[in-house]
Amino acid sequence: MRTDDLILALAAGAEPVNVRAARWRYFTGMGAATSVALLLVVYWMGVRPDFLDGLDLPMFWFKELFCAALVVAGLLAMVRLARPGMRLAWAPALIAAPLLAMWAAAILELLTAEPEERLPLLLGVSWSECPYNIVVLSLPVFVVAIGLLRRMAPTRLRLAGAAAGFVSGAVGALVYSLHCPELAAAFLSVWYALGMLIPTVVGALLGPRLLRW
Amino acid sequence: MSATEDRLRELMVRGQDGDEVAYLQFLRESSPLLRGFLRKRLVRLPDDVEDLVQETLIAVHNQRHTYDAGQPLTAWLHAIVRYKLVDLFRRRARTDAYNEPLDVSIDLLSGSDDAAAEARRDIGKLLATLPDRQRLPIVYVKLEGLTVVETAQRTGMSESAVKIGIHRGMKALAAAIRTSGTGP
Repeated sequence: MRTDDLILALAAGAEPVNVRAARWRYFTGMGAATSVALLLVVYWMGVRPDFLDGLDLPMFWFKELFCAALVVAGLLAMVRLARPGMRLAWAPALIAAPLLAMWAAAILELLTAEPEERLPLLLGVSWSECPYNIVVLSLPVFVVAIGLLRRMAPTRLRLAGAAAGFVSGAVGALVYSLHCPELAAAFLSVWYALGMLIPTVVGALLGPRLLRW
Repeated sequence: MSATEDRLRELMVRGQDGDEVAYLQFLRESSPLLRGFLRKRLVRLPDDVEDLVQETLIAVHNQRHTYDAGQPLTAWLHAIVRYKLVDLFRRRARTDAYNEPLDVSIDLLSGSDDAAAEARRDIGKLLATLPDRQRLPIVYVKLEGLTVVETAQRTGMSESAVKIGIHRGMKALAAAIRTSGTGP
């Protein structure tokens, strides 16, 4: 077939495309997946009994803000990577800022703590289960985020896969905070970050295979 | 330069709204840009140029919902043709070709080539491999210029089945092109 004929064929009967549908799918898809993750926490892991007592602690809100900011920043990166030729712009900086803030808080916390308190601050009571739980809770969003990207046209597949993984890890961390009793910056800066890093790496590894078009 | 950008962008946005004439014009004016870009990158594979122009046009068509009117159209087009080019290199396992400079957006506008040669790979033959429910809507609507309603009457399919057939068929065609590879 000659290229001129192909062009005629492509344009013939070309229907209008809904350019706003993508935004709607992001909202509904991510909303539904986050709800599933929430249900997993509430009915499977359980909300910790003293959850309401923690609401007046500034550190609790710092932790929530940390996770929520990473969700938003990761989502911005993912949405941009979903379209060909869209620059990442300030998305990497928005991802780095909460992480740097948490790491700075952790260093300050460890420096000002008594030497014998430092290891307990770092390990808390749940270091061995925390990253694992976050990874499990990231799964619903991970699956949906990959599905959303497959309906778009990412051209940097590894990076797009990593962004999808990162968003899912950040959502996992956010909902996990309903169950998790830890509030030390030292703990969060290591184990929450690790919980988000694992799906990010998995996304980067699977991206080229899952997102090809 | 920016005149091309503005013009292509306007044609694309109108095409997204369902303006077939504008969309046809968009494809007609884009293809020399794509051809020029690919010809410069495929100096050692001149026979693959037209195949890849066609493959890129189909990708542009299938992904036209991913263009956001707020972004530069040429950057969008460039990212797609570059992606298809790298995909070709990957298929041919020509790792040396990865090193050619590909990342300047402005390059798309710096060379353009109107000479549409015959592609070696016949998309018509690939079309014949699709199942009837995808092939017939594409043949009637896209090649013979019937309306969706007429196609539905002729095939006995519902109108939405015709539209879905075209949509899925175009995706399947893109996949068939990818797996058919290029060249001998």
